[in-house]
Amino acid sequence: MSTAKRVSLASDAVVEIRDLHTRFGKAVVHESVSLSVRPGEIFSLVGGSGCGKSTLLRAIIMLLQPVSGSIRVFGREVIGLSEEEALPLRRRWGVMFERGALFSSLTVAENVGMVMREHTQLSKPLIDEVAALKIALTGLPADAGAKYPNELSGGMRKRAALARAIALDPELLFLDEPTAGLDPLSASGIDELVKSLRDVLGLTIMMVTHDLDLLWRTADRVAVLDKGQILGVGSMTELSRMDHPLVREYFYGPRGRAAREQAWKKK
Amino acid sequence: MTARQVAQLQTETDTTSVPASTMVRCSGAWTVRGVAPVEARLATLVSAAAGEWVIDVSAVSALDTAGAWLLHRTKRALEQRGATVRIEGLRSEFSTLLQLITARAAVAEPVAPPKVSLLARIGLQTWHSLLNLSGMLAFVGESAMVFLRSIAQPRRIRWRPIFHNIQTAGFEALPITGLLSFLMGVVIAYQGADQLRRFGANIFIADLVGLAMLRELSPLLTAIIVAGRSGSAYAAQIGTMKISEEIDALRTVGIGPQELLVQPKIIALVITLPLLTVYADVAGVFGGMIMANAMLGISFNVFLDRLDDALRLSSFLTGVIKAPVFAVIIAIIGCFQGFQVSGSADSVGRQTTVSVVQSIFLVIVADALFSIVFNWLNL
Repeated sequence: MSTAKRVSLASDAVVEIRDLHTRFGKAVVHESVSLSVRPGEIFSLVGGSGCGKSTLLRAIIMLLQPVSGSIRVFGREVIGLSEEEALPLRRRWGVMFERGALFSSLTVAENVGMVMREHTQLSKPLIDEVAALKIALTGLPADAGAKYPNELSGGMRKRAALARAIALDPELLFLDEPTAGLDPLSASGIDELVKSLRDVLGLTIMMVTHDLDLLWRTADRVAVLDKGQILGVGSMTELSRMDHPLVREYFYGPRGRAAREQAWKKK
Repeated sequence: MTARQVAQLQTETDTTSVPASTMVRCSGAWTVRGVAPVEARLATLVSAAAGEWVIDVSAVSALDTAGAWLLHRTKRALEQRGATVRIEGLRSEFSTLLQLITARAAVAEPVAPPKVSLLARIGLQTWHSLLNLSGMLAFVGESAMVFLRSIAQPRRIRWRPIFHNIQTAGFEALPITGLLSFLMGVVIAYQGADQLRRFGANIFIADLVGLAMLRELSPLLTAIIVAGRSGSAYAAQIGTMKISEEIDALRTVGIGPQELLVQPKIIALVITLPLLTVYADVAGVFGGMIMANAMLGISFNVFLDRLDDALRLSSFLTGVIKAPVFAVIIAIIGCFQGFQVSGSADSVGRQTTVSVVQSIFLVIVADALFSIVFNWLNL
């Protein structure tokens, strides 16, 4: 949708989570998590493995039922929504899964086009063209469209997954580990891609990542999650000044320091 | 959908000026969900291209990549037909989007998958079949080599997976094999009873049921059940492992996938299938016995006495001897098809189907061959 429309939304959050509790059996995943994502920002969740980042993402996109609390996306409560009620909401967001989750029996172009074919009345040639455009937007070569997912490298698969996630020009994009498993060159390509998607298409992006470089380069605000609770929310610079030992370890460990220094050099 | 959510289009042509100029006024939401109505109209507009064109987009409320692409595509098509095109009233945020699209358009051509002619397809199919056949032979050879090697070094035999496979392919198949075999015995006795009664040859029901079950039906029935239950499971398991690169991982840590995955299955099935067949023999004869009692009034004692006369050891052995051969066929086909899986989830399904079809087919072919051989040997 248009940027103008997005600006009019500016007062209220795109994603608003209040007092969320999640459990897997007896294991508590989230304890009273609250956060909000503003329109047009790149919001990132960070934290150690198994701290519940991806689970939080899955709860927001209705793949997982939380125990209690509230999750509002575009001002609408998603917990307990029926499939029918969820559909209009689902069309407004795109999701890129950690391992791509491309449909393996379809080519990349069909993967992207399928979403459009399902939800719009566009003609087949136009769908093919727009799918090719989306594939080009993610920086894949044109001949990648005719290939099957198992013929692509890991980095290309991620880009193809991103092309599918933006097939319907969503207003909100969820990225689960967009750079995990990529070489530094491909990863920095993804950095640029994420930024340009936000700048040109005006998307709101919510991502889960471990990648400190990606965080320094793209994220407007970051929430640090640990043991199911939010330790702090803020820009990377704000977080790096926080006193919490875990946050400090995260940002001032050897890798954190290197990434931070590089980010400052760039500025 | 309200009027504001769809794209709209108005055209005015000024024929008095030279060259003729056309004004296209766009309004509404030019988004992936809204542009469908104007797509066809733009295409007809383009076919009448000439002179000067002005596309006014100042009233467009929303523009996304699909809408921008449509604009770009229309402009490009008009220009290719010799018209001059100007886009007016573009808001700044839309213009960055349009620029991006224009920049990417050069590389954004849909690539059609290459077309293959009928002749080429036939050739390809034949080639694949031949490859498949030679792959199969190589697989059988490799299995034999692994087997010989483990006879030389019995320590390398992996007992745990063998016992596990005996349990899943054998023990857990007892209820279904028993039930189906029992019903088969009932059906044969039921069909035979009527015929035999007409000749007053009631007692021969024991011969009919005993010979049919022991020599033919229970080995075949058991093999078909196991091919459907376990052969398919082998193909699916190995296929999924191949997709998730577990097979490659096994190779890298120095464990031969043949040794860990294939050989235990073959050994387990060669042990299990004869046992299941004997079990099926008993269940089938029991079914026939009950039916003979119910329909012909032959008591169990009389039936068993007659059975003792009717059956020789060779009748039993000719049935059971087939089972290990069937077992090898089922296990090898299932595992081989599993290794043939490549890439997609689709492929797992396809190869699993192929494994069941092929192994049942080959089991029946082998059974026919056995009949011919036994006939020669007068068994």
